[in-house]
Amino acid sequence: MLDSIDPFVRFKGVQKSYDGETLVVKDLNLDIAAGEFVTMLGPSGSGKTTCLMMLAGFETATHGEIQLGGRSINNIPPHKRGIGMVFQNYALFPHLTVVENLAFPLKVRKMSAVEVEEKVNKALDMVQMRAFSDRKPAQLSGGQQQRIALARALVFEPDLVLMDEPLGALDKQLREHMQYEIKHIHESLGVTVVYVTHDQSEALTMSNRIAVFDDGVIQQLADPVTLYEKPENAFVAQFIGENNRLMGTVKDVAKGVATVALDNGDIVKALAVNVGGKGERSLLSVRPERCIVASEKTQGLSALNGRIEELIYLGDHIRCRMNVAGDDEFIVKVPNTSGQLGLVIGAEVFVGWETNDCRALDYLC
Amino acid sequence: MPNVIEPITAADGTPLKKKLARALFRSKIRAAGLVLPLFAFILCTFVVPIFALMVQGVHNDTFHTYMPRTAEVLEDWDGSSLPGELIFATLAKELAKTKKERTVGKVATRVNRQYSGARSTFTKTARKAVKMEAPFKNAILKADKKWKRVEFWQAIKLTSQTWTPAFYGAALDYELSLNDGFERKAEKERIHVKLFWRTLVISAVVMGFCLLLGYPVAYLLATLPLKTSNLLMILVLLPFWTSLLVRTTAWIAILQSQGVVNDILVWIGVTSNDSRFSLIYNMTGTVVAMTHILLPFMVLPLYSVMKTIPSSYVRAARSLGATPTWAFLKIYLPQTVPGIGAGGLLVFILAIGYYITPALVGGQSGVLISNMIAFHMKSSLNWSLAAALGGILLGGVLLLYWAYDRVVGIDNVKLG
Repeated sequence: MLDSIDPFVRFKGVQKSYDGETLVVKDLNLDIAAGEFVTMLGPSGSGKTTCLMMLAGFETATHGEIQLGGRSINNIPPHKRGIGMVFQNYALFPHLTVVENLAFPLKVRKMSAVEVEEKVNKALDMVQMRAFSDRKPAQLSGGQQQRIALARALVFEPDLVLMDEPLGALDKQLREHMQYEIKHIHESLGVTVVYVTHDQSEALTMSNRIAVFDDGVIQQLADPVTLYEKPENAFVAQFIGENNRLMGTVKDVAKGVATVALDNGDIVKALAVNVGGKGERSLLSVRPERCIVASEKTQGLSALNGRIEELIYLGDHIRCRMNVAGDDEFIVKVPNTSGQLGLVIGAEVFVGWETNDCRALDYLC
Repeated sequence: MPNVIEPITAADGTPLKKKLARALFRSKIRAAGLVLPLFAFILCTFVVPIFALMVQGVHNDTFHTYMPRTAEVLEDWDGSSLPGELIFATLAKELAKTKKERTVGKVATRVNRQYSGARSTFTKTARKAVKMEAPFKNAILKADKKWKRVEFWQAIKLTSQTWTPAFYGAALDYELSLNDGFERKAEKERIHVKLFWRTLVISAVVMGFCLLLGYPVAYLLATLPLKTSNLLMILVLLPFWTSLLVRTTAWIAILQSQGVVNDILVWIGVTSNDSRFSLIYNMTGTVVAMTHILLPFMVLPLYSVMKTIPSSYVRAARSLGATPTWAFLKIYLPQTVPGIGAGGLLVFILAIGYYITPALVGGQSGVLISNMIAFHMKSSLNWSLAAALGGILLGGVLLLYWAYDRVVGIDNVKLG
């Protein structure tokens, strides 16, 4: 999907500092292809929103270059960039009606009244809000305002749309619904979207690619499946989805498999993803749903002794908190099949997993 | 099932409505008790005096109080020819009485306002009235020749009326006469209407300057980082902590012909030493000093409104393609209208009744209607005219308030 020769948006060695002492964004390089849906995901203060604001033109890059469609936009003011933007609080103009809000970008562009009406109606139809055209934003619910904000960012047919946590203020159900709606609009219009969020499930649902931000650096840039299945470092593993952590020291690395001695002495084999040589500390990451709880060792799996500390019944699965290798926060999601209901608190069992599902990553204290 | 709706009762059998009213009554009494002192205070020191003064504008019983019989018999006088013996006799008796009670001066002053020169006629005649004998008509006519004039008698009859629109007429430069009703005063005597107009114009100009100067300051206050904006806020509030008198006199030091501003202008060669600008004791001085003093009243409401406007609105406008100017005019400015309205209304209404500053720096051309009201309250002691002037001012403000409500809407005003 990514055309590395001629990307649509390109961050080239971009750095940003507000106070001249600390870098909020450290050496950002990111290429985005036309028509792509890229999400910048990260905790607050990780620099993702700053990147978006630099792209929109509300912040200037301290160093580096931002390109749009092959030309540098560093010195182009926001209103000449032609980038649609959806804001966190929607930023619908409160003194204008829905129609006037949508007509704003068109009137700025001096379009004729007929053209304005036609485009506004088209945009309203797209988000199914035709019936609300004469209302003021304050008379709309959160979800409706969100749709109007979306329609307004798209009505002047920009090639690039930025979204800054647009669903943050909605309740869970509506948020999930809007995620699909935005995804479908993106697919049908073919517009390039750069989306900022701190909600990992939102990022996984909607994106073509996700850039995980932390501390001003992109920790990993990958599609959702790769990101979840193959996190490259401990931060990504912990930030995306649930994750069991086991600390240990690398004994040996051979053919991509690391042998790691855990702190309590147990020896575990893991996929060597991001480890140093022999003697280095490492963090092993195993997803809770990839673990198996059994009363005896299963052939071909790594296995450790564990004691069941807590059982939480969640309907479709049972959440089993265990003490494994000295860590009593080890979680296993046990599928709710008929054979698994015999789990008892305090029982000494084996917990096992495929070597490929256990990833040896950098040590993160 | 019977079709009668039973009243819902509480657990002890009393109707729920009664029970609720009883429960709420106590809390209502408690709430009323808390506001009662303030209510009484406002009633005694504000509402009652204002009402009493307003009444003074159409009600003056000086003549009626001291010469009640004369006032009574004058009621039957036709007003076109000299009165008969009965009226003269009553007048003579009561003049003698007021002379003894030393109240003739008050009556004389009252009549003098309607007919200038009446004061001496009254005091002179009163002195002689003590020894007068019938027929009183001849005796009084001999005492002063003004008594022969019908207009003089007409003026007396007018002043003898307790309820009169004469003061409101005078406040608008109209003269009341018994036969012709209201007539406009001679050109050179019309001072009040001119003053009213000047007050309105100066207030509007001051409001305009306050808006022009205050808007950017309020914007900075609302958008600068907290540390800087706090300092700026202190600078805005500083005038509030300084005496009004000090601030006004400071302007005298700055603007007088040997003051700082003129010195600088002479120094940089804008004007010569012989032709320094007169910046104070005229309209310029009033406008400058009032603008300075009323500026915080514009900045604060503007600030509180601007504080609630997130920067994302202007950003959104910019991202949608609007130039900074366009975004300001179409998006930011309309949202600050409630603040402009509140600040403008506040400054205008305060300016319209401003007294100390124009009195100190206004000179001849810079005094306002409030200075005239103060003059009639303190110097000429014509409280009825002062009340009428005040009443018109109050009516004017209410009218403007109403007009503002019609045009912009009063619920569109935000003070914080």
